[in-house]
Amino acid sequence: MTYGGIDIGSRYIKFVLISENSEIVNIEKIDTGFSPLKSALELVKSYDLKTYFATGYGRHLLEIHDNAKTITEIKACATGSSNLFPECKAIIDIGGQDTKVITMNNKGKVINFLMNDKCAAGTGKFIEMMTNSLAMELADFSRLSDNDYNPKIKINSMCAVFAESEVISLITRGFDRREIASAIHHSVADKVISLALKLDILEKEIVFTGGCARNKYLVSILEERLGKSLNVSNPPDILSAYGAAIIAKDSCESTF
Amino acid sequence: MWSSLGLNLEAHEGLLNFLGGAYKDIYLSQKNRPKGMEYFDFVISEVHGLRIKELMDAKEEGRKIIGTFCVYVPEELILAVNGISVGLCAGAEVGTQEAEKYLPRNTCALIKGFVGFKLASLCPYVEATDLIVGETTCDGKKKAYEIFDEITGGKLYVMEIPNRKGDEGRKLWRSEIERFKEKLEEFTGIKITEENLSKSVKIVNEKRKALQRLATLRATKPTPISGLDALLINQISFYDDPVRFTDMLNKLCDELDERVKNGNGVFSKDTPRILVSGSPMAIPNWKLPFIIETSGAVIVGEEACVGERNFRNLTEENMGVKETLDNIASRYMGIDCACFTPNDERMTNISDMVDKYKADGVIHYSLQFCTPFTVESYKVKKTMDKKEVPFMALETDYSMEDFGQFKTRVEAFVEMIK
Ligand code: SF4
Ligand code: SF4
Repeated sequence: MTYGGIDIGSRYIKFVLISENSEIVNIEKIDTGFSPLKSALELVKSYDLKTYFATGYGRHLLEIHDNAKTITEIKACATGSSNLFPECKAIIDIGGQDTKVITMNNKGKVINFLMNDKCAAGTGKFIEMMTNSLAMELADFSRLSDNDYNPKIKINSMCAVFAESEVISLITRGFDRREIASAIHHSVADKVISLALKLDILEKEIVFTGGCARNKYLVSILEERLGKSLNVSNPPDILSAYGAAIIAKDSCESTF
Repeated sequence: MWSSLGLNLEAHEGLLNFLGGAYKDIYLSQKNRPKGMEYFDFVISEVHGLRIKELMDAKEEGRKIIGTFCVYVPEELILAVNGISVGLCAGAEVGTQEAEKYLPRNTCALIKGFVGFKLASLCPYVEATDLIVGETTCDGKKKAYEIFDEITGGKLYVMEIPNRKGDEGRKLWRSEIERFKEKLEEFTGIKITEENLSKSVKIVNEKRKALQRLATLRATKPTPISGLDALLINQISFYDDPVRFTDMLNKLCDELDERVKNGNGVFSKDTPRILVSGSPMAIPNWKLPFIIETSGAVIVGEEACVGERNFRNLTEENMGVKETLDNIASRYMGIDCACFTPNDERMTNISDMVDKYKADGVIHYSLQFCTPFTVESYKVKKTMDKKEVPFMALETDYSMEDFGQFKTRVEAFVEMIK
């Protein structure tokens, strides 16, 4: 018997299939695109599932149209992360639209969480917008290094739109693109670290999840600035889907 | 009637359609509502109909309509001079662009709301008022009233609320009550006497007692009424006729008594119970309560002005005019608005409410750019942490763009306390 967890995020739909003993059997990831419901339904229907849970910002689509059970990405991510990293008591999650910091207890239950508000600063969207104005590929960011850091450059604006014009002005002032890119990452890190400090997570083991955890440079500056290493799964953005699958499995067990 | 009030008919029609739709989706779709809610549904459906007609008829008889924005404005005095007190609501995003011609963009939604309602010529209550009483509770309101006075053609009267509750503050507030009394007497030509004052104190006390009764009923598990319905009643308490309102609310409470006796609740017994605390929620600002109650939790109390802060304290009855004015001053000084410094009573009150209503968690709600409440949320969090009560602070406005994100946060909070 298999169980599924589907995470309908703002950019990608992630699906994780687990076995009776919670092992990951399969992972799928597709663009959310314009018809997330259709894509999500096709995905879950293509497996012979005992049951599945939906999470992510599009979870209610499946709740309405397929009677799916839902949980928030916060609980899903906490469950997935603590199953994979039992020592971890905190999560930094940077996704397409949201940045979250979550703390949990020994059993993986959420104790507290903070999320960015309406604005895009500190999210994947922010990095993406800045990439566009720098005309760099997202993949190039992972190749950045300490050498690119230039303390003279700072992106001060918290608003993505204004930050973009800051970036453009830095370009026209002749700064190196790699240095500007480094500054953009530091600005994302600032935002995330201020959330992390509010929740007092520095003493805890931390998992870094979400699409932005693929970005090696971001991982390295967060590690440097937090003064500790972060746990990153491979791939890093399926922990919510994985958590949802585990909860799906547990829900079956508890009814027997 | 509408055109005589100078309303923008087309826009007004649009607002009513919107309100009707939202009301149906949010209120009428709830399950297991008490029968007694029918009256309040009716009041809402007639909020821009019969009630306005009543006000206009009263005006014909020479009674004055006095608008207020804050629970500090003593309703007792307004009733004593045979005036009608209406709380002006401003709980929706209306005329925002117009309002932004006068106000900075980062102004709280409530302030933009009341200025916007007026500029869009949408609110029959604003138009029907003879006098509008403002108060100096926050800098945003204080300064916006100057503009509001201009755009309403000089209808504004402002009471100065002290920022501290010591003797000096009390003295100032007592003299403001005196000044308001004189203003009302001059405005209506009616003298405030022991007789009319003690009658009005009684009316307002009865209304507050009925609201307290409703609040206390919600302390039972399972709660016999939804938070949305209770909020609606609290909102209506600001503009319905007080005697009729009290009567109908007591009838509803009789029904709820029955429910409690039979263990009949709106949600199941183990539904997580939430206390909402913070900025006022004027009609039709139902976003947060709607999200909470469709996310598997129930609201059991509102630590807010549209809520407990409005009815927590009563005024002592059967006194002479001077003593009653003293008592009114003291009663209002007991309100724990975040505009005061320090404001430790509020922390005690929230703690007490958590215990009384058996809340499993507290959600602190503040309107974006509302400095008093947003800053004070830090202290509330600390108080709740100490008490080990789960706490979450949210900041938003009247727009719907953060609906999805808001829902995720509330759902996650509910999952957390389950
Ligand atoms: S929050 Fe303060 S200012 Fe606003 S209505 Fe309540 S008491 Fe008045
Ligand atoms: S919500 Fe806050 S900022 Fe807005 S009027 Fe009330 S006290 Fe002032």
